[in-house]
Amino acid sequence: MSESPEREPELPRTGLLDREVEFVGALRRAGLIVSSAETVDATRAFGVVDILDRESVRAAFASTLCKRPAHRRTFDNLFDLYFPIATGDPTTGEGEFDPDGDGEGGEIDPEMLRELLRQALLDGDPETIAKLARQAVAMLGRADSQPGRQSWFTYRVLRQLNPDTLIADLLAQMLGDGERDGFAEKIARQTINERIRQFEEAVEAEVRRRLAEDRGIDAVERNVIKPLAEQVDFLRASRDDLAEMRRQVYPLARRLATRLTARKKVEQQGRLDFRRTVRASLGTGGVPLVTLHKPKKPHKPELVVFCDVSGSVSSFAHFTLMLVSALREQFSKVRAFAFIDTCDEITRYFSPGLDLADAMSKVVREADLVWFDGHSDYGHSFEVLDERFPDAITPKTSLLVLGDGRNNYRASGADALKGMAARARHTYWLNPEPQHQWGSGDSATRTYAPLVDRMIECRNVEQLTEFVTTLLPG
Amino acid sequence: MSDVATVQPQFASVADVRERLGKAGYLADDAIATTVFLADRLGKPLLIEGPAGVGKTELSKAVAESTSAEMIRLQCYEGLDEARALYEWNYKKQLLRIQAAKAEDAWDATHDDIFGEDFLLSRPLLSAIRRDDATVLLIDEVDKADVEVEGLLLEVLSDFQVTIPELGTVSASRRPFVVLTSNASRELSEALKRRCLYLHLDYPTAEREKAIVLSRVPQVPEQLAEQIVRTIRALRAMELKKAPSIAETIDWATTLLALGIDTLDEESVTTTLGVVLKHVSDQIRAIGELKLS
Repeated sequence: MSESPEREPELPRTGLLDREVEFVGALRRAGLIVSSAETVDATRAFGVVDILDRESVRAAFASTLCKRPAHRRTFDNLFDLYFPIATGDPTTGEGEFDPDGDGEGGEIDPEMLRELLRQALLDGDPETIAKLARQAVAMLGRADSQPGRQSWFTYRVLRQLNPDTLIADLLAQMLGDGERDGFAEKIARQTINERIRQFEEAVEAEVRRRLAEDRGIDAVERNVIKPLAEQVDFLRASRDDLAEMRRQVYPLARRLATRLTARKKVEQQGRLDFRRTVRASLGTGGVPLVTLHKPKKPHKPELVVFCDVSGSVSSFAHFTLMLVSALREQFSKVRAFAFIDTCDEITRYFSPGLDLADAMSKVVREADLVWFDGHSDYGHSFEVLDERFPDAITPKTSLLVLGDGRNNYRASGADALKGMAARARHTYWLNPEPQHQWGSGDSATRTYAPLVDRMIECRNVEQLTEFVTTLLPG
Repeated sequence: MSDVATVQPQFASVADVRERLGKAGYLADDAIATTVFLADRLGKPLLIEGPAGVGKTELSKAVAESTSAEMIRLQCYEGLDEARALYEWNYKKQLLRIQAAKAEDAWDATHDDIFGEDFLLSRPLLSAIRRDDATVLLIDEVDKADVEVEGLLLEVLSDFQVTIPELGTVSASRRPFVVLTSNASRELSEALKRRCLYLHLDYPTAEREKAIVLSRVPQVPEQLAEQIVRTIRALRAMELKKAPSIAETIDWATTLLALGIDTLDEESVTTTLGVVLKHVSDQIRAIGELKLS
């Protein structure tokens, strides 16, 4: 019964082992870090699950090869490519969709398919929805891309079935004659949208599978792999990316906070507390086994964030404000200033407990950020910060500047920055532009970089993590 | 060098896992059942990560119950050290022993005596290793502990043995089923992740959540359970500070039942929203977006 864990269980088929190794290769190409020990674990896991149960195999690989939730999507996409659910047309496969129940695939036209989809969306059974997606791709997704060469397209399927136009109809059915336009409708709408998205994702996955079958996995692999969330460029992030980033930013802010307070921990113990030591020694018969110390006064870091929220860096600004709001919950003493061509304090919009989306729109609407023409003016903003808020920066302050340093050829305000950097404990500049573009065109980075402790390229969450964990001194 | 404790699988198959966890009151999906099966079969620690309240601790309790194992729990917190996690000498008792010793007693005898079993305080990790019966070792909220604790865990979890300088090496005669949980408040070290099987527990699918509600609160009418789950999913789709967890879904069902409400409408949701959303800003947002009031 009991087997030594060192001994490899016999592999089901060597062909599968090759597949697995290729799969691991693909994961590594996509940026996942998979060690050889983990590959061995995956093989052992593969050996003990039922290889005919595809979801078990997926779970076995996921538990051994994919250990970050952010990588899961890439993992799933690649798994579907390397271990496809079926080959060929789904209509011929057993257990596949059978509209008229006569045991054969049967002929159905797009109208019927649309009706079936409507029913499936109403019932919400994920199995049926996935089957329909496969069916739909087989029927509608094929087109000649070039003469003599076929290809598969997601948009063809979605355009012809157009699930979004079913919403009104579905809503009516789901709500019955119940009241419209209120809570019930909102919930029903949400449920339907969720199911439609499920269908769309299933269609996309099926199109990828068919493409991979026709042209080989390698051709498809490059298109499937989206950059991992931590590598998405801030300046090009989509809405989904931003949502994912937000999930990653909160832990980072916490880490930033602990890094800045790290010194407190090292020197936790101050002078000997004689009275408490003697008191504690009573428990051990007068022998002072444990010495007690007075707590040292903790170093309270103060953080001033100074961020560019102009249009040219708008998605970076979105991210920046996210970071500010996360920091606000960690630091008691954080002050945030935003600027476009003049600057204003925005700390008040981010008091803990307030809604982030609200705060952001308020910053844009209410804060006094535009003075002249609404194009970035670092020079003027630095001067305003220095003049209007002279008490913000003290020798205890860490100053964090976030922006691309594109100054529209205006005066740099280097003196103001220099003065503030001299006063602050540390000054860091996080720049969302790639380093090779620094100083090109209207970028004044060359002027600013020598004035701060460090200017760091910070284009994605990965680089921010590196800044927080390795560059930032305690 | 040393013989690693043997693995004694408790589950026969993935289906067996699902069935037995189900009997213990835990509805497992494919991924959960397979990963638990693998952790059992391969004798590897299982690292479960996910938001608060999705049933991470619950799962390990269910594993313990379904294998009739005893659960030993190590709750992690900032400042947790070896003395609290592994073992500690009982200084006070040792001191008493020294003072009680008569002058003519040889020092050697006393020395051997005070570093014996009687004076050892066994903490969760050591207790789990020393047990001969089936054991589930739950190391809860690893992310809360300091990085040094991870080093300690690496050592214990790779060999399942502990070296106590005065006593020698204690090896596990039987590997405990180890579960580590984390809320991902910080990234755990690659080394620790590498040694574990990884399971990311997220909010369940609509069907599974409904099944969970029905199994936990059997008196709830199916229609209401469906409505609850849909509403919860709508809430999770919003940008909230704290999305409602499964635990809160169940609480909500219980609350509604206790209040005798059998359909969800504007009024009943508004009055009971505090059960699922625990930040004022979240409540305001939900009321706005769900067009309540």
